[in-house]
Amino acid sequence: MTYAIEVRNVHREFKQSGGIVRLRRPVRAVDGVTFSLPAGDVLGVVGESGCGKSTLARLIMGLLPLTSGEILVDGRSLTGMDRRERARLIQPVFQDPFSSLNPRHRIRDIVGLPLASQGDMPKARQVDRVMEMLARVGISSEMAERMPGQLSGGQRQRVAIARALVLHPRIVVCDEPTSALDVSVQAQILNLLTELRRELGLTYLFISHNLAVVEHIATEVAVMYLGRIVEQAPAQELFRTPAHPYTRALLSSVLTPDPALGIPDVGLGDAYPDPTNVPPGCRFHPRCPSAFAECAVTMPDNIRKDGRLVECLLATTS
Amino acid sequence: MTASLQDPVLSVANLRVSIGGRTEAVRGMSLAVARGETHCMVGESGCGKSISALSVMNLLPRGIIRTADHIRFQGQDLLAMSERQMSRLRGDKISMIFQEPMTSLNPAYTIGSQMSEVLERHRRAIRRQAMDRAAELLARVGITAPGMRLGQYPHQLSGGLRQRVMIAMALMCDPELLIADEPTTALDVTVQAQILRLLQKLQQELGLALLLITHDLGVVARMAQRVSVMYAGEVVETGAVGDVFAAPTHPYTRGLLDCIPVPGKTQTGEPLGNIPGMVPRIPPGFAGCGFRDRCMSAAPECAQAVPLRDAGGDHSYLCRLPPDWTRASAA
Ligand SMILES: Nc1ncnc2c1ncn2[C@@H]1O[C@H](COP(=O)(O)OP(=O)(O)OP(=O)(O)O)[C@@H](O)[C@H]1O
Ligand SMILES: Nc1ncnc2c1ncn2[C@@H]1O[C@H](COP(=O)(O)OP(=O)(O)OP(=O)(O)O)[C@@H](O)[C@H]1O
Ligand code: SF4
Ligand SMILES: [Mg+2]
Ligand SMILES: [Mg+2]
Repeated sequence: MTYAIEVRNVHREFKQSGGIVRLRRPVRAVDGVTFSLPAGDVLGVVGESGCGKSTLARLIMGLLPLTSGEILVDGRSLTGMDRRERARLIQPVFQDPFSSLNPRHRIRDIVGLPLASQGDMPKARQVDRVMEMLARVGISSEMAERMPGQLSGGQRQRVAIARALVLHPRIVVCDEPTSALDVSVQAQILNLLTELRRELGLTYLFISHNLAVVEHIATEVAVMYLGRIVEQAPAQELFRTPAHPYTRALLSSVLTPDPALGIPDVGLGDAYPDPTNVPPGCRFHPRCPSAFAECAVTMPDNIRKDGRLVECLLATTS
Repeated sequence: MTASLQDPVLSVANLRVSIGGRTEAVRGMSLAVARGETHCMVGESGCGKSISALSVMNLLPRGIIRTADHIRFQGQDLLAMSERQMSRLRGDKISMIFQEPMTSLNPAYTIGSQMSEVLERHRRAIRRQAMDRAAELLARVGITAPGMRLGQYPHQLSGGLRQRVMIAMALMCDPELLIADEPTTALDVTVQAQILRLLQKLQQELGLALLLITHDLGVVARMAQRVSVMYAGEVVETGAVGDVFAAPTHPYTRGLLDCIPVPGKTQTGEPLGNIPGMVPRIPPGFAGCGFRDRCMSAAPECAQAVPLRDAGGDHSYLCRLPPDWTRASAA
């Protein structure tokens, strides 16, 4: 079986620049990630801020070199793939619509750029495709003439989505695609992404902090903590029976719109993770409410069972 | 009305913002935030939330003009202040967390020098003290190894780390009023909960008044005492958060509450409720309800001035319909 994406034991480290020179250790942003995603699936990636989700996304898009490991797209290694070909296969929607749109270009030119740089579509068809895409994400033809600075935050993110979809790529890597959007536009965009996935057979890697959104759109969910996937399962199973203590903490921190309830105490303490100083044993043990003595020494195995992965000693011993 | 709201920390009356004389981005917006209170502002993308916040700070881009009956902070009229007086308040007694962390952090300076500069400017603190304070606040927003982070540049941080740096920076001088424009959108839910708890603690300890702009209705429900729902430059509904969530009355507010995916309720892959169409551009001289093009209950009279109606308590809304309307009776 050929997967849309295969990620094999991928690592990425960053050199540190701040702090005392003698104490500088590398930032282990992605620390041994493995997964494979069949075409047409949506992998939701969730996890703590700073745990390496965007770095993973950038590695998959070939925007950052790997420290070690291998990534295959459509069965072929990313290393050495031609840029134009890569652009036809994978397109990004970034977390930050403010810095990802060129402030000196008109909206319609920004969305048209991926088509123009492929160089194989007549100009008139390019314009049609751009206007059609903009209309689909809810940007009027009047707005298409503006510069990014003249749009609101949400309007700019819709433009970024139009730009990613204009080439009808196979895989779309969405890094927080709806976090800048109000709920009504978010609903429109999620419906649109779902529709396009069905129509065009797209595969999504979908990074989001909004668990309700992930539950809604993902077929499979990976939970990351400090550079690793600590739990992965089909979406419904993961939300119904979260197995890793970090996943449980995450799910219990979701703020449902109930004014009778306050802000929950997450119960993870304040020993926040430091990617330059990964704890021995289970990397979650200093904060884990279920940790026992062995967790501080033995690194839990990375076992897949019945299509489910849980990197926790509780799961492997029982 | 409560005593605190008669003497609010921030009071905005009839704010109007015009963009290049072509667009009315804000049309008669009023709100007040009391000491220790959280007032949340929600509304469709492009409805004028950030522009309203920037109006209070007097940080509007060129060509965008604000007028108002008044904008008062602790009784002082901000409209009458010189730029010098304003810049003394900004970052000190009034802080703002901007929606765009990447454009408000300077890419050329380290996190540490940007954070300490705030305290050096407003409090004449020396660098070392200011750095200590910065490290302390980074720890409070859940950033480990502050020593390393202070020496890093913005592009070396993840989205959520940057956003937390912005939050820590806004708290450097213990502000009395914090305007936070989507402060937790880049944060995972565990860190979000912790930051919101920190803000609540500061409200209890220091009486911080918080104007919180967010599109996360979960945050609104659990943080706010009051909520104002904006649409096309107007506050279309406002009230105590319990009242508005229990009995949303403006058709836009009702539509909004239908749009959120609720775990266990909405089916994976099924379309979510949404409000078809988009926010119109409002030209000068526009009259009537700004929502009428998208409203399922629109009637010819909606093209004329719509009344501000009382839904009981401090809960009011801008619509022709009575407070107890139902979809069937309005159609
Ligand atoms: N610098 C600008 N020049 C021209 N128009 C602008 C400018 N900034 C904002 N606008 C317009 O003013 C309106 C209000 O924008 P604002 O940024 O306040 O929206 P918002 O409610 O904060 O939306 P979002 O939820 O997307 O952040 C929008 O229609 C936007 O296109
Ligand atoms: N260019 C860089 N130089 C140094 N460190 C970096 C760089 N890019 C990322 N990092 C570090 O790698 C770690 C992971 O960052 P990443 O952006 O992947 O996190 P994330 O999971 O996307 O977080 P968020 O949810 O906040 O966006 C962080 O500690 C970050 O500071
Ligand atoms: S291995 Fe131990 S510390 Fe790690 S998650 Fe499981 S119980 Fe917690
Ligand atoms: Mg990220
Ligand atoms: Mg805004």
